[in-house]
Amino acid sequence: MGEVVFLGIASLVIFSAVGVVVSSSLVHSAVSLLFTLFGVAGLYIFLYADFLAATQVIVYVGGILVLIIFGVMLTNKIDTPSIASSSSNQVIGAIVSLLLFAFQLGVIFKTEWYIGDGVIVENTVHPIGIMLLTEYLLPFEVVSILLLGALIGAAMLSRKN
Amino acid sequence: MNSLQSYLVISSILFSLGIFGIVTRRNAIAILMGIELILNSANINFVAFNRFGGMQKLDGHIFTIFVIVLAAAEAAVALAIIINLFKNAGSVDVDEANTLKG
Repeated sequence: MGEVVFLGIASLVIFSAVGVVVSSSLVHSAVSLLFTLFGVAGLYIFLYADFLAATQVIVYVGGILVLIIFGVMLTNKIDTPSIASSSSNQVIGAIVSLLLFAFQLGVIFKTEWYIGDGVIVENTVHPIGIMLLTEYLLPFEVVSILLLGALIGAAMLSRKN
Repeated sequence: MNSLQSYLVISSILFSLGIFGIVTRRNAIAILMGIELILNSANINFVAFNRFGGMQKLDGHIFTIFVIVLAAAEAAVALAIIINLFKNAGSVDVDEANTLKG
């Protein structure tokens, strides 16, 4: 049962990711990206990462994807559907990415990975909160300042002069 | 089936598809979607190694949270730049965005 669900989620991720890169309509690409992000959240659940699954759905699907769809709507006119949604160099790009994929497959299956008994936490929110405010306090503060700066910069860049 | 290698294979498929999208697409927003695919593949790797690599703490999850935050910041800034490009050049085709001034 678990394997069937895992295979279903994996094929959902892979096929919708193919849809993201080959679809000719940008809106279709965005909808395929929605399914990819949901599938990745499902993979996180299989890896016992419940907080990350929730964060993935809230931040990616609720935030970044909406932002991307706003970008599509703001930069494409409805009556000119052919604006730059075409592709170029598809053959060379396919060869390069297939070579990369073959190289990665070789690395994945040739390497003797160390498989150990990791910790399995029922509820990851508590240890993540403890770690964020003890060991990772400085990176946490730095990344929050970076996010603030990036959002102020984005608002300043896109305002009307 | 539910082993380290299967997650690594899924994430390498996502990475290769993201590279394909970045290389072949001409629309800047489609390139941004390819970047999101690559960031997600890196996140899957972090969480899978944290699960199967004998880690006693959740450091991989923390790294993934930082990557998600950086992806949000990157998407916001990139869309602001793309909208400015559309206002100034009238198109979001990255092949046409080849002038530094004007």
